[in-house]
Parts: sequence; C-alpha cells; structure tokens
Amino acid sequence: MSASASAAAPAPPAAPALRVTRAGVTIDGTRILQDVSFEASPGEVVALIGPNGAGKSTLLSVVTGDQAVTEGTVEIDGRALGAWSLRELGRRRAVLLQQNGVFFPFTVREVVEMGRAPWQRTPREADDEAVVAESIELTGMQRFRERPLPSLSGGERARASLARILAQQTGILLLDEPTAALDLRHQEDVLRIARDRARAGDCVVVVLHDLSLAAAYADRIVLIAGGRVVTDGSPDEVLTAPLLSEVYELPVEVMRHPVTGTALVLPQRHDASPILIPADSLEETT
Amino acid sequence: MTSTKPGRPDARRPEAGLDAAREAGLDAGPGAGLGSGRGRGLEPGLESSVDPLPKRSGPGRKAILFVSLAVALVAISLVAAGTGQLGVAPAEVLGSILQKVGITWFPLPEHPNGDSALWTIRFPRVAMAILVGAALAAAGMVMQAIFGNPLAEPGVVGVSSGAALGASAAIVFGATFLGDWSIAASAFVAGLAATLLVYGVSRANGKTEVVTLVLVGIAVNAFAGAGLALFMFLADTQSREAIVFWQLGSLNGSRWPDVFVVLPVVVVGLIVAFALSRRYDLLSLGEKPARHLGVNVELLRIVSIVVVALLVAAAVAFCGIIAFVGLVIPHLMRMIIGPKHLPLLIASTLGGSVLLVAADLVARTAVPMADLPIGMLTSLIGGPFFFWLLRRTRKKAGGWG
Repeated sequence: MSASASAAAPAPPAAPALRVTRAGVTIDGTRILQDVSFEASPGEVVALIGPNGAGKSTLLSVVTGDQAVTEGTVEIDGRALGAWSLRELGRRRAVLLQQNGVFFPFTVREVVEMGRAPWQRTPREADDEAVVAESIELTGMQRFRERPLPSLSGGERARASLARILAQQTGILLLDEPTAALDLRHQEDVLRIARDRARAGDCVVVVLHDLSLAAAYADRIVLIAGGRVVTDGSPDEVLTAPLLSEVYELPVEVMRHPVTGTALVLPQRHDASPILIPADSLEETT
Repeated sequence: MTSTKPGRPDARRPEAGLDAAREAGLDAGPGAGLGSGRGRGLEPGLESSVDPLPKRSGPGRKAILFVSLAVALVAISLVAAGTGQLGVAPAEVLGSILQKVGITWFPLPEHPNGDSALWTIRFPRVAMAILVGAALAAAGMVMQAIFGNPLAEPGVVGVSSGAALGASAAIVFGATFLGDWSIAASAFVAGLAATLLVYGVSRANGKTEVVTLVLVGIAVNAFAGAGLALFMFLADTQSREAIVFWQLGSLNGSRWPDVFVVLPVVVVGLIVAFALSRRYDLLSLGEKPARHLGVNVELLRIVSIVVVALLVAAAVAFCGIIAFVGLVIPHLMRMIIGPKHLPLLIASTLGGSVLLVAADLVARTAVPMADLPIGMLTSLIGGPFFFWLLRRTRKKAGGWG
C-alpha cells in the first residue's frame, strides 16, 4: 500500500491535484450533473458558486467520492479516485461537510484528534499532539477544547470541524459551505485559513454562496448552473453583472471596492419597482 | 490512547478576555497547565458543579475506574461464590481456587462438601455471570456506536428476544445438529436476523431516530413474543418450562460445558469489538466523515452486527433474556469517562460483569429457598432507567437524534 502510494506521490508540480473530466451524475433518472470538467491545482483556492440546486454540492461529493459518477472520470493526484484506498484518500484530501454533529459528547480536542486517524501507524503519528494543538489554535477554539461538541453552538461546531480537517494534514481541502453557520469575523477567519493553506501549497476547493467572499478569497471561480459549468475563470471574468443576473434570475450589480478593487456583488435593491422573483427559485431557497 | 499527556503545558493556553474568564472555571482552570483536565459529561451544567482545581484528569480517572471495577469484580465474585445455602467464607473461596494452581496461602473450605459445591455449582454460575454481563454490556455499546444512538440496546430493540426465539425453536424441535452448540447456534442465527432487520428498518440517512428505534423494537419484540407463545403452545411440559425460563432469564443451572461454549464466543466477540473501537469513535462523526477519514463504513457495520449477534446469542442461549444491561452500563461508564470507545468498552465489559454477578447474587439470595429470574431484576431497574433516559434525550434538542 505504502509502496504504491509513494510511487504516485511525487506528482509533477504542474499537475492538477484534482481533475474532473466530463463528469455526469444521474440519480433516479434525473440528471444532476452533465458534462462537467474542472481542475484544481496545488496553491490555488477554487470557489464553486451557483444558485441553489445547481449541483455544486453534488459536484463536491463527486470529488470526495461520496457520489459515484455515472459518466466521466475523477482523478486525485493523477490517479483515478477509485484506485486509492479509503485510508490513502484520507491522507490526501480532507472534507468539511455542512453537517458537523457528533453522536456522543466527545470534546472538541477528541474530535480534532479524530482528524489524525489516517496517519495512525505511520511516522507522522508522532506529530499528532502538536498538529492537534496547532489546528485548535488556528481556528480559535482553544477555550472550547475540553467542551463536549454537542454543547456548542452551530458556528463553534463548524470551527471545531474545520480544526479536525486541518489536523488531517492533506494536500487537498474540500469545503462545502464552510461559512454558512458563521458570523462575519469567523467567515473571514475561515477563508483566510483556506487561503493561507493554498499559499502554503495546498489545493482548496470551496463551495460558497457569498459571492463577495468568493471574489475576495478565490483565485478562480467555477460558476455552475443547471448541472453544467457556465464559466470557469478569474473572479473578474466570472463575476459580471449580466452573467450573474441571468444565472441567479435576479438583477445583480457588481461594484468595485473603493480600496482593494475586488468585486462586490449585490442584488439590485435601489430600483423603485419591486423585484419579481420567479416562484420556483423561491422554493429552492427554502 | 490519544489523551493529553502531562507535562505539555504549551498544549493548552488559557486565552485572555472576558469569554476566557467565563470559561476558565469550566475548562481551562488554573490547574490546566498541569495536564489533562477535562470537562465532560453529558450535561453541560454538570461541569460547573465540579471543583475546577482538582480537575477530573482523563487518564487518571480512567485508571481509577478500571482498577475499582476490577477489584469490585474480584470481590463480588468471591462473595457470590461463597454465598448460598452452604456458606463459604471469601478467603476459603480464594483458597479453593488458588489450591488448584498449587498456592496454599489461604484456608480451604471447612465444610466437607464446600469444595465440590464451589466447583460444580457456584463457580460455573459466577463464571457465566461474568461472561454474560461482559457480553451484554459490550453488545450494547457496539449497537449504540453503529446506530449512533445511546438508546440502542439488544433487549430493547428485540435482538435478545429474537435470539430467544431461535433458542426455543431448537428446544421445541429437539435440534441436536451441533451437539452442545445447537441451541447457541440457532440463537445466533435468529439474533443475527433480528439485528439485521432492526438495523435495516430503523436507519435513515445514516442515523437512527429514537422513535423509529423504539417502534421497531416493539414490533420485533411482539413478533418474537408471539413466536415464543406459539412454541409454548406446541411444546411438551418440559420444553415449556425451558421457554418460560428463556423469557425471564436466569443463570440457574449453569454448567461448565455451557461456560466453555459461551467463553470462546464472548472472547472472539470482545476482541473484534476492541479492534474496532477507534473506528467507532470516527463513526460518531457520521458515516461520510468517517469514510473521509479512511473507515470502510459498510464493512464496519456488517462486522459489528455479526459481533452484536454473537455476543447476544452467547448470552441468551444459556441464560435467556437479560435486558437493559447493555443500556445501563455503557451509559453510566460514558458519564464517568466520556464517550471514547476503547476505554468505554473496557469499562463496560468490567461493569457489565460486576452488575450481573451482583444481580445474580441478589436473585439467588433475596428470597430464601428461591431463585428469582435475573432478567426480571435487571428489567426492574433498567426499565425506569430507560424511561428517564428517554425523557432526557427528548428534552435535549439535537445532538443525539
């Protein structure tokens, strides 16, 4: 196992850490994803954006291996997803889901220690204690470390889970709406951590709803709608008012931050006439 | 295993600020730098009542619990073996055991029949109580781990009565296909079927709702009860008595051959459960996160279900339905040392043995000249406990599902 892993480990530097090629997913006759191709490389933060029900989470679960593709291929570090053992995958990619509960009253520290499981019985097991302490500190969870996870608020639980993901020390981070339960400060903290990890050479793929956050932190944005990739490019290329207005079915304006120049995406609220939102998109947001 | 080791003060830094000050009393008390204070327990409110200074230290607390349980097990076993119509002092019981291995430090039983009473009647019964208690408590903990629900228990969800149905079928139809093992084998098959059924029906989206679990338990228990009633109707007087005995649960009449059937099964079941215990920790995060951390969840589930069926069938085949041990013991142990499954399993097996040896002692001696059914006793205590737990779980929003 370790022999084959080390054979594939020194991937050529330019190779993408993950590559999805012409992937399609059909569940019970419904096409959720269709002909989706995208790559993410070490050193970059890639944001997946799109309206509710566009297929962002499905695409992420295709990359995590939770959802099998019905067409196309998924590669992690140059090898087909299915060719990795679960344990090897656990050392290569970490996944933060939207649900972050635990069934029994494990403490935050114990939960973060669980992130070290893939490194059990390897030389890196020796780092366990230091890595766990560092991850807890990075996410600002020091004062909660001996508290049972179920007694914490949703945002605290999400940060504890992020600490667990960081403790996993993988080259690929897959984050499904990591900012959903967080307040303003912690949203920034989480994405700054993600960006720092990318600067340190990791590959970060993050599903985001907040387009201004995506503009500020992503190196590249993949816009998904109707199970297809609509655009894939730099924030400036993807975040344009006409494109977003069409995809989100809502008049949207994109402005520049007066200091940083990054895009700020806002629904067009100053129009005197009330905005008519199509009934079906309302349903989806609930 | 992965608990904080003492002497790493840098690992915990009390943070400055208002919040930190509020939390300090709970979590990172002044003694925190000394090592592994842990604030835990099922109720957050429980922590505030704990003196922050002598903090419950993790490894120390576990060691104290393990040693106390082990000492309690030895003590209660010696007392139980010596108690009965023919009284033997605990020291004499010890003398009788040690004499077998050539140590003669302790007195032998004074009564002329003492030694033979111990070895033919009492010891196999106490040994059976130890094994069955360990098996039931461990089975309960494993079920709770794979159901992700602290209310899962072999008796409550019907695994025990399923196994009892299999055992009584073997009696009524006079199955002897595997000799001494026939009853145990059919108990295992029926117990496995019941576990699979409960598991298949009650889980949805990777977790088990309390209500679903309890309802499925009612259905399985009702079906098994009807089956047992049918067998009683069909059976001759002797088999009928045996089936009644299964329903009530008793360690009466345990013999060495029975013990030697149960022993290997329980040992194998426990070894597998111990080997899987770290994976159970990861499974508490949910199925997907566990898989992302390298756990083969499907395999883990199947192996665990077989382990539960093995442990429960071994217990039920010779002692009938003894409910609630698997609920009460893991729960109490979790309250004392937290939910980590390796220490929890050690504590649960020891605690289950202590409980059952003690309960059997009460069953034998509470009413003179009578042997109460032990299953009745455990249900008498376990039923209200289950009720209390159910109420408390309902009051707590979220977390346990």
